[in-house]
Amino acid sequence: MNARVEPPLALLAELSHRCPLQCPYCSNPLELERSGKELDTKTWLRILDEAAAMGMHQVHFSGGEPTVRKDLEQLVEHATKVGLYTNLITSGVLLDEKRLRALADLGLEHVQVSFQDTEAANADRIAGFKGHLKKLEVARLVRKIGLPLTVNAVVHRQNIDHVPDFLEMAVELDAERIEIAQVQYYGWALKNRAAFIPTYEQLQRTTKVVEAARVRLKGVLVIDYVVPDYYAKRPKTCMGGWARRFLNISPAGKVLPCHAAESIPNLAFDSVHEHSLQWIWDNSVAFNKYRGTDWMPEPCKSCDRKEIDWGGCRCQAYALAGDAGTVDPACELSPLHEATFGLAMKEASAAAPEFIYRRIGTDETPDAAVFGHHEPAG
Amino acid sequence: MERAAFSEASVPAFPRGVKFRFNNTKQQWVILAPERLLEPDEMAVTVLKLVDGQRTLGAVVDTLMEMITIDPPPRDVVATDVVAMLQDLADKAFLVDAARAPQAKAAAGGK
Ligand SMILES: C[S@@+](CC[C@H](N)C(=O)[O-])C[C@H]1O[C@@H](n2cnc3c(N)ncnc32)[C@H](O)[C@@H]1O
Ligand code: SF4
Ligand code: SF4
Repeated sequence: MNARVEPPLALLAELSHRCPLQCPYCSNPLELERSGKELDTKTWLRILDEAAAMGMHQVHFSGGEPTVRKDLEQLVEHATKVGLYTNLITSGVLLDEKRLRALADLGLEHVQVSFQDTEAANADRIAGFKGHLKKLEVARLVRKIGLPLTVNAVVHRQNIDHVPDFLEMAVELDAERIEIAQVQYYGWALKNRAAFIPTYEQLQRTTKVVEAARVRLKGVLVIDYVVPDYYAKRPKTCMGGWARRFLNISPAGKVLPCHAAESIPNLAFDSVHEHSLQWIWDNSVAFNKYRGTDWMPEPCKSCDRKEIDWGGCRCQAYALAGDAGTVDPACELSPLHEATFGLAMKEASAAAPEFIYRRIGTDETPDAAVFGHHEPAG
Repeated sequence: MERAAFSEASVPAFPRGVKFRFNNTKQQWVILAPERLLEPDEMAVTVLKLVDGQRTLGAVVDTLMEMITIDPPPRDVVATDVVAMLQDLADKAFLVDAARAPQAKAAAGGK
C-alpha cells in the first residue's frame, strides 16, 4: 500500500509504565518497560512536533502513570504551543493542587481520573493501593480549578453492581463525562480474566441502569458505555479500525496502532528512534498488514459491516483464536463465538480467583493466552 | 453541569475543554473534546464561527440572515434550524448556555 493514508486523529502517549497502583485489570503488557528505557524529553518534544505537522488533533498523556514524569509540564506546554488538544489520563494519586494549576496554566484542557470502585475499601483492594480518598480529592481539585473532568470507571464482576453509585459519584463530582468501560482482556486483565468477567445477568442489569441514566442525565453527564466483548453480538470498532485513527507510542518509543498491539507476536513495530511518525504511519509493515479491508478473510470479507467495525479487534482475535488475521470471536459470525460466550458464562459463575497484581518484573509465567486457558487440563 | 435548553435568548458558548479550531494541515474546522471530535459541515461551521459566548442565539440568527443575500428563507425557519443544531451539540456537551451558566468560560471561537 503506497497511497498516502489519511493521518490519525490522536496520539496516545504512554509516557511511562511506572505506576504506584497495581490494578490486576491493567491493560498494560505483562512485560512492563523499566524507567531506564523511557524516551527522554527531547524525543517526546519532537514527537509532538511531528504529530502536529501530520495534522493530528489531540494528544492523550497516559501510561502507566503519566504524572510520574517530571517533564509532564513541559510536554503539555509544548503540545499546546503546537496546537494539540491535551488530555491527561491519570489515577490522580500523585497530583496536588499546585501541579494541577501549573498544568492548567500551561494549557491542559481536560483530565480523566480513574476509580476502582465507589467504596474506598474495595477500591483500594482492587488497586492494591490505598488511594481512593486521594482520587476523590484530586477529582474535586480538577473541578475547583475549572478543568473539565471525566470519571473513568473500569467495571467487572467485583464492582459492576455499583454502577448506579458510580453515576451518582460522577454527578456529585460535577464531572462532564463518565466512561463506564468493561474490562478489556489484554495484558494483566487477560491473566486475571476469571476474576473479572461479570455474569450475563449483571451485564443486563447494568445496561438497563445505563440506558435509563442516559435519558435522565441527558445534557448533564455524558455517559460512554462499553459492553464486554465476550457477551456481544458484534465486535467493538476497536480504535476506529487498525491503524486508521490512532497512533500509540509506548514508553520506550515503539509506534503501535493500539496500546495492546505488542501482544501479537511476529509483528515488528518501528521505533521513533529509527523513523519519523509520518514514515511509520505510511510504511509500517505491521500497520499495513491489517489496515483497511484487503486483509480480511471470510466472514468479514463479504460482510456489510466490514467498514463499520473493521472485523473487530486484532489483539482479541489473537488472544482468543490464536490468529490476529481472523474474525474477532466477539462476532456472532465467528465459529468461536458460542464458545467465547460459554467461556465467559463459565468463568463468571465460578468463584473469583485471587488477583495477580500488576508489578514490574514479576511476570514469571508469560501467558500463551490461548483459548480456554483457564480450563483445567484433560 | 446543568442541561441547557436553547432558545433565542440563550447565549451559546463552548465550555472549557471544548475547542472549535482550524486544523492547518487538514484545512478543516473541528470541534475537539476529550475522546471526541466532530468535523462540522460547512453550514455548521458558519454558525459556530458566530458562537463567541457573547452573542445571543437570536443575534446569531440575525447575523446569518444578513449573510444570506440570495433567496433568504424566512427567519423562523433559520431560527428553528439553528436552535435544533445547537441543542444537539449542547446535548452532546459540546456547547453550554452562558446566559445560564456564567462560570462556563467561553473559548474564543476559531483560534
Ligand atoms: C492504562 S491506564 C493509564 C492511566 C492511569 N494509570 C489510570 O489508570 O488512569 C488508561 C485508562 O485505561 C483504563 N484501563 C486500564 N486497564 C483497562 C482494561 N483492561 N480495560 C479497560 N480499561 C482499562 C484505566 O482505568 C484508565 O482510565
Ligand atoms: S490501570 Fe491501574 S495499574 Fe494500570 S496504569 Fe492505570 S493505575 Fe496503574
Ligand atoms: S463478520 Fe467481520 S465485519 Fe462482519 S460484523 Fe463480524 S467482525 Fe464485523
